[in-house]
Amino acid sequence: MNAIFNYASGILKGIYSLASGMSVTLKEFFIKKVTEQYPENRATLHISDRFRGQLVMPHDENNEHACTACGICSMNCPNGTIQVISKMIEPTVEGGKPKKALDTYIYDLGLCTFCNLCVITCPSDAIKFENTFENSMFTRSKLVETLNQEGSKLREKIK
Amino acid sequence: MFDFSTLTSGFDQFLRGAMPEFWALTIEFVLVGVILLTLYAVLALILIYFERKICAAFQCRIGPNRVGIWGVFQSIADMIKILLKEIIPINHTDKFLFYLAPFFVIAASFMTFGAIPFGKGLQVFDFNIGVFYLLAVSSLGVIGILLAGWSSNNKYSMIGAMRSGAQLISYELSAGLSMLTVVVLAGTMQLSTIVENQHNTWYLFQGHISTVIAFVVYLIAGHAETNRGPFDLPEAESELTAGYHTEYSGIQFGFYYLAEYMNMFVIAAIATTVFLGGWMPFHITGFDGFNTIMDYIPSPIWFFAKAFVMMFISLWVRWTFPRLRIDQLLNLEWKYLLPINMVNLLLMVILVLFGWIL
Repeated sequence: MNAIFNYASGILKGIYSLASGMSVTLKEFFIKKVTEQYPENRATLHISDRFRGQLVMPHDENNEHACTACGICSMNCPNGTIQVISKMIEPTVEGGKPKKALDTYIYDLGLCTFCNLCVITCPSDAIKFENTFENSMFTRSKLVETLNQEGSKLREKIK
Repeated sequence: MFDFSTLTSGFDQFLRGAMPEFWALTIEFVLVGVILLTLYAVLALILIYFERKICAAFQCRIGPNRVGIWGVFQSIADMIKILLKEIIPINHTDKFLFYLAPFFVIAASFMTFGAIPFGKGLQVFDFNIGVFYLLAVSSLGVIGILLAGWSSNNKYSMIGAMRSGAQLISYELSAGLSMLTVVVLAGTMQLSTIVENQHNTWYLFQGHISTVIAFVVYLIAGHAETNRGPFDLPEAESELTAGYHTEYSGIQFGFYYLAEYMNMFVIAAIATTVFLGGWMPFHITGFDGFNTIMDYIPSPIWFFAKAFVMMFISLWVRWTFPRLRIDQLLNLEWKYLLPINMVNLLLMVILVLFGWIL
């Protein structure tokens, strides 16, 4: 008798579990689809802020950045992606020392692995990663960018 | 309701009047063959598109949407691609059987088209053993599968073919017995009579719980016969690369692909004809106005609508459940479906004997 009961309950349990599985897929059938139709939806496309697409150096409205040309980012980069070229500028006050300042900050996107080490180690938070991802070019040389803008200078520390 | 047999018999009269009987018959045979082949190919294209869209929706995707509006020309593009592909000759195969096998598979699924009533008067052959013929012919495909596995000279193909053979022979029993349940209820095997008998109520409702059980069992067994998931272990990709059609390429592979989809249609069409009234519109006894409105919808539309609902259920099952193991597969058949079917057949005999049917 027990065997017959087990047989019947096994069938009913099986039917119940199959039906619950099918109800899950039926719900999935009607929910909104997750596919992103990329080139058409560029206007509404949402890319996470944490996505690392491209290294940038933020400049404020006075065309000033925070880079002191210390070169720590360049030293930490595993691929030699960053090249910091510095220059010496004349002292602004009488009798002062000449200061080291940023001349050109060269970033090669084609070598970058987007590991974020440069941003982490920067002592003055001068650089960051942006989520722009449409970086493809026809030649590798176009991937080499200068991050500091023309005529920009170091932001003075607020005392 | 428009009867298509007036059209066909009128054409027959015209041909017989214009030429001797031999030539009239020859022209009719060729025409029927061409029409059925076209229907077969077009249906396969529609089915492949249908499956890809439904499968995408179950996986929360959109599916093909680049070729034509909503991607409707995707399967046509795929067909052109597969026709242009090279057939790679394989060394160390049994050449004759290797090239013969795809034709067995495709002929088996094509031959069922001769007996399926697509609409009122739209039936090529009206046998008095129609159900028997459908079952016999639709299970011929296993010969092609076994030949393909054997002649490929490949262990994966061989294992796939053997599994397919075990599976088809087992599930053919359940499909046959559930059909037999309906034959007991109908008292005939002639498909046209079976459809006519469902004028007021479909067989699904006529035999109370008994036909519902037979219907579910037939759907499971039929689904297993088409070698599609969750019963797709003859072509289990993760274990057997592609099973019995591993060594095939180009249009030969296309034949297997086509036959798989058309078998799905054939199973849906048989289930529609036998349980859901075929081309017969949905009638409720007593609601005469409703019944007349239903009669205005042409019979082929009824048939194909029901068949596509059946195929949707088949796809729903396919994209829900994981693949069975071979022992689970045979357990399901021999320990569950077959005993249930036997008891169900007995129940149906009792119902019919006492006249407890709608």
